[in-house]
Amino acid sequence: MSSRAAWRLETLGFSEVYDYVAGKLDWMAAGRPTEGTNAARPRAGEVSRKDVPTARLEERLGDVRERVLAVGWRAVVVTNDERVVLGLLRAKELDKDPDLPIEQAMRPGPSTFRPYVAIKEMAEFMTGHQLDSSPVTTSDGRLVGLLLQEDAIRTAGEQA
Amino acid sequence: MPKEIDRDQVQQLLDRGAQLVEVLPADEYEEDHLVGAINLPLRRLDKEAVDTLDRTRPVIVYCWDTA
Repeated sequence: MSSRAAWRLETLGFSEVYDYVAGKLDWMAAGRPTEGTNAARPRAGEVSRKDVPTARLEERLGDVRERVLAVGWRAVVVTNDERVVLGLLRAKELDKDPDLPIEQAMRPGPSTFRPYVAIKEMAEFMTGHQLDSSPVTTSDGRLVGLLLQEDAIRTAGEQA
Repeated sequence: MPKEIDRDQVQQLLDRGAQLVEVLPADEYEEDHLVGAINLPLRRLDKEAVDTLDRTRPVIVYCWDTA
């Protein structure tokens, strides 16, 4: 649709026309700001915890566990240098053999959600699928934060 | 010929003063649109409608996705 609009604008005398083909979906999936009636409603991106601990593939599980428990977390997102999500460690994984490298201990390829998803929808999904936490990422897989089920339910309730 | 651009190029053009136009129907625009965008639905894109735009500045059009 935007392609036809771009061509139409040229016929109407505009000489410098650009077509953002990936569109609004791409923009919102990257967590970029929007305006409108939905913008005031909480979404996964803003409710997610940005201070979630991260770990690298080559770290030792015992070291990571000690580090994250000290700051009160029971979940860790495994990322690379680009903050792309590679795996997740929840309580079950954190309790594995402390000598394991993260790469072997983690849950690889966890389901992720985009920042623009409405928090009410996230609360229902996480409850229905018994997810304690879910990584929120941009469309290119970069970590935005970790959404906790308790945060999603509480925020959705406040909006009801 | 219109040039296809990505997200980063959108931001660069906006920094240069480009105009943003969402061509989706008004109800979709009202729910969510890029900051600063105006709404000119494709079906209403005629000479009168585009009088709101400045022909001397770049124009970026977008819809929901590549469809």
